[in-house]
Amino acid sequence: MLYALCFLLFMIGLYCAVVKKNMVKIVVGILIMEYAVNLFLVMLGFRTGGIAPIIDKTQFDAETGRIAASFINSSVDPLPQALVLTAIVISLGSLALMISLCIRTYEKYGTFDITEIRRLRG
Amino acid sequence: MKGMTIIVKTISSWVKVLIILFGIYIILFGHLTPGGGFAGGVILASSYVLLMLAFGGEFVKKDLPLSLVSKLDCLGAFMFILIALLGLVFGGVFFANFLFEKYGQPLHLLSAGTIPFSNIAIGLKVGASLFLVIYSLSICCKAGELDSH
Amino acid sequence: MSIPLPVFIAIPLATAFLLPMFGKRGKDAATIVANLATISLLILAIGCIGKSGVYEIGKWPIPLGINLVLDGLSSLVLLVISVVAAAVMLFSAGYMEQYTAKAKYLSLFLLMVAGMNGVVLSGDIFNLFVFLEIASLASYALVGFGCGHEELEASFKYTVLGTIASIFVLFAIGMVYGNTGALNMAYISKAIQSSGLNAGLSFALALFIVGFGLKAALVPFHAWLPDAHPSAPAPISAMLSGVLIKSLGVYALARVVFNVFGVSLEVGWLLIVLGILSMVAGAFLAIGQWDIKRLMAYSSISQIGYVVLGIGLGIMLLARDANPAWASLAILGGLFHLANHAVYKSLLFLTSGSIEMATGTRQLKEMGGLARRLPFTRTANAVASASIVGIPPFSGFWSKLILVMAAVQAHYYWIAAIIVFVSLCTLIMYLKVQRYVFLGELPENLQDVEENGGSMLVAMIFLTCLCVLMGLIVLVPGMRNSILEPAVRVLTDGLKYSDIVTAM
Repeated sequence: MLYALCFLLFMIGLYCAVVKKNMVKIVVGILIMEYAVNLFLVMLGFRTGGIAPIIDKTQFDAETGRIAASFINSSVDPLPQALVLTAIVISLGSLALMISLCIRTYEKYGTFDITEIRRLRG
Repeated sequence: MKGMTIIVKTISSWVKVLIILFGIYIILFGHLTPGGGFAGGVILASSYVLLMLAFGGEFVKKDLPLSLVSKLDCLGAFMFILIALLGLVFGGVFFANFLFEKYGQPLHLLSAGTIPFSNIAIGLKVGASLFLVIYSLSICCKAGELDSH
Repeated sequence: MSIPLPVFIAIPLATAFLLPMFGKRGKDAATIVANLATISLLILAIGCIGKSGVYEIGKWPIPLGINLVLDGLSSLVLLVISVVAAAVMLFSAGYMEQYTAKAKYLSLFLLMVAGMNGVVLSGDIFNLFVFLEIASLASYALVGFGCGHEELEASFKYTVLGTIASIFVLFAIGMVYGNTGALNMAYISKAIQSSGLNAGLSFALALFIVGFGLKAALVPFHAWLPDAHPSAPAPISAMLSGVLIKSLGVYALARVVFNVFGVSLEVGWLLIVLGILSMVAGAFLAIGQWDIKRLMAYSSISQIGYVVLGIGLGIMLLARDANPAWASLAILGGLFHLANHAVYKSLLFLTSGSIEMATGTRQLKEMGGLARRLPFTRTANAVASASIVGIPPFSGFWSKLILVMAAVQAHYYWIAAIIVFVSLCTLIMYLKVQRYVFLGELPENLQDVEENGGSMLVAMIFLTCLCVLMGLIVLVPGMRNSILEPAVRVLTDGLKYSDIVTAM
């Protein structure tokens, strides 16, 4: 169910990026898509009633000396969080680039409307 | 940008010291406590963003030459790769922790091998580049396009 | 493993961050250092031919850590990237003098090379995404490097479509991770083999095809390419068209389809249809263009169609359990065409840059009779054109011949007919270039144009020689066995990839 909502958010972003005529709105649409995917990744690692995936001394099994099975079964998956952190940094980079392109284009053309920015054709 | 009132200016120049100190603490103790190069770098950058808001863009330009910031940015990234390459030379594997003796010890700054040095490099890189991105976007991107790596 | 694989990423990355520190006065030093970096990469890539290995970064074992994988396919694409990067870097030493921020250009260029090398070597699907983004971000900035009206518009278009493609890829990676619990490509492939394709994984495969298809500019997704390529500085057009769309698009697509998900009939037909659409539509659109670089950009779409067609034919034949020799022939044709196209299309774009620098225009109608004024550029352009059209002794002929042979042996005569027909269209468009640029009357204002000497000339001569000699790679058995055959074997082995990687 939650995944479906995530997908809905993704589609809203895609719609916004494809349909809108304003450059800034296109950038916002792309960001919505980006966050929908990030949300999806975080939700993959989520576990109801999970514990933080930090290993300390209490988590070791006394007999075998290994990490206790109960810890493995109840801790949330830390990997998607690392993935999302990386993805957020990358999206920060592309966001900065897109915004600076928008500003530059506005300086040159005096408008954000992509239907009026059409020198390249054919 | 002209800057704000004298009250804001005075307070932010006091607070600046604390924020920078906190950022340095987060970077240096990154391997022992929560935080690290990235978080500390963001805090460092935010201290200068605060100054920029309070005093206006021209002040930052005088106080902190942009070419120096972009050199620090490159230096940070270069240091990080250098540490990784040193791992290849001394440890035999790329990114090998060649100074490693034992895991991070609480209150021992020089534990955990190369990790604190990597943290410093990342802190420099993130702090400088984030500041550059915000600064250049705020002044209608004079050099903005190229800083987003 | 004699060559530590991370140096392919570390050398360009370290140089990229070193260059801006030279400052304004050290421009010549920066150029020399950048050229040294690309040439050393070329030497290392030649050293990697015929080798294979897995490299675990930071000594972490495979399922836990990040690994780099070198196999036949990687080493082929790595070689292509290094050759083109070295030649283009040499060319830009002379060409980029007309721009102000040369150190930043060199730095972004090396960043792009680092990203592409990373995509090719990565054995971990999330790392592939990260490197893909590094290369794409650098290329977005490079397309808009001139900061003029057209550059900014093209760069914005490219950035939007490229970012959407990256988000699709990231979404697909999330789906794959949710379904298999692995990020290492070998382990994903194992998990898919044991569980089979479910709905989520099929959706992920579709997302991958769309995402990488956008990066490769296949026809329904090609809108950004004809704008981005002409607007970029000529060396960057050569890089984008020569290797970026291939390493980010075709290589990643082939890797994911063959080695991770496994071949299936539907994917094979889909790629064949996309390939044929790209070939035909690209060729038709190219004939009508009057901007020399725009014409070449559309021709790139048409040529990337050949590569995807070869790969798709291979997938289809493998999935139908037809004679494996035919499948490997089709894939061989596709991959050889990839390497050929990288060389001659970058040469064509370099000559267009040389023409633009000499005459100051890109419009075909404003030029003419330049054959006497620019003899070297003319020769290079003629050789590259002959090559792309497929005139027998040159390289393009052999790859097209192999594709036609594969199509005929698989009894798809109509595919063979389309390949020959598109070649004729290519002949028309490059005859048009020859006619309007080099033959005919020399206009008044172009009476005193002169050839640009120095490094630009060396780069063009280097690529021209390669164009003539590339045919040897497929004709001489020794070279074929060491360069092309391992790459084909990686793809025809398909899902055995996971066993090979985990065993190494």
